[in-house]
Amino acid sequence: MNNLELNTETLNQKTNMVWKLLGQIPDPEIPVISIVDLGITRNVEFNDGKVVVSITPTYSGCPAMMVIEKEILSTLRDNGINASIKTVYTPAWTTDWISDSAKEKLRAYGIAPPESGSIDISTISLQPKKVQCPKCNSLNTEMISQFGSTACKALYRCKECREPFDYFKCH
Amino acid sequence: MEKKSYLLEYCLRIGDTSLILSQRLGEWCGHGPILEEDIALTNIALDLIGQARAFLTYAGVVEGKGRSEDDLAYLRGEREFRNLLMVEQPNGDYGQTILRQFFVSTYQYYFFDALKKSADKTFAALAEKSLKEVTYHVRHSGEWVKRLGDGTDESHRRITNAVEELWMFTGDFFLMDDTDQALIKEGIGVDLLGVKQKWEKHIADVFNLAKLSVPENIFMIQGSRDGIHTEHLGHLLAEMQSLTRAFPGAQW
Repeated sequence: MNNLELNTETLNQKTNMVWKLLGQIPDPEIPVISIVDLGITRNVEFNDGKVVVSITPTYSGCPAMMVIEKEILSTLRDNGINASIKTVYTPAWTTDWISDSAKEKLRAYGIAPPESGSIDISTISLQPKKVQCPKCNSLNTEMISQFGSTACKALYRCKECREPFDYFKCH
Repeated sequence: MEKKSYLLEYCLRIGDTSLILSQRLGEWCGHGPILEEDIALTNIALDLIGQARAFLTYAGVVEGKGRSEDDLAYLRGEREFRNLLMVEQPNGDYGQTILRQFFVSTYQYYFFDALKKSADKTFAALAEKSLKEVTYHVRHSGEWVKRLGDGTDESHRRITNAVEELWMFTGDFFLMDDTDQALIKEGIGVDLLGVKQKWEKHIADVFNLAKLSVPENIFMIQGSRDGIHTEHLGHLLAEMQSLTRAFPGAQW
């Protein structure tokens, strides 16, 4: 059978199924949100009947991307779909793509979500904005370290409840 | 030289600079003065490795001879590397490392800001991405330069020494040769004179707050465009490439 003859309806069904499966893949470092929530998966298309998933790296050197690629391929393979991955660099990944519901999941997990949209790169001496404590909601917080446990996070401390927490940096 | 070769040269200049600086920063892993700075330097190194991988992978594609990012990183000799001389300089003390970072990150900031408008789509995409990360690098290193310069007598003495050690390598940042001219004509490359003016202004602004004076009339060391490096690069590469060269073709 000629794979090119897949009709539009079948194609749509298959595409939706792939997206559903991708939505079940958690971020390796932050298991409460999926790679779709984060906006890492950019596109699903069919090339000669084969699935091509386009992903974009969050940070250039993010080591989790290799794990994510393996997870995508094995999840799809477990569901009988032979796929390949394409890495795209543009448009550049931004925290703007994290949905509001995903931001709430981050907060519930104990990570303060990015405060505003992507950073204002025209001011390179800008002080970090006031970040809300995900545990007690106080704004009386301070930054301990601009670089945290992973490339995307900074380390903060709440001066009210005295708990440390990670902040997902605007990017 | 044909256009393809100019493009390859340009990829190597950008990729090699990020790669070598990343290698230097990696030397601090586990040796940082405080935990937060150990993490900061290694996170910056990680961002730089990401940039190096992207630009060296593209270099391999442009060259069209099947060389991968790893072939380019691990199997070339000193004379084939095109990184800026500044990034191969030794780490020295923390002040010297963070000053080097400030110089290079400020340069990368204005360079990528211009490169994101390149007619070459890959350059434009990679530049826009790298710019976001470099913005954090400039901020972080700039804040430390201010802190050390306008700090104690000892911190001021150390960062002043660092300025004396490193300033002579800043001229190398802005030299333009026929590769630059050819790519500028195509709308692909960046006019480094424009970058230089912005770089000088930002350095002066931060130095002013750090109570440091900007050196004048310093003889500048150059040569990175021709692969003429300082003696440090050979030692750095010997260490960086030792595993690959000891076990050629190894996979794991």
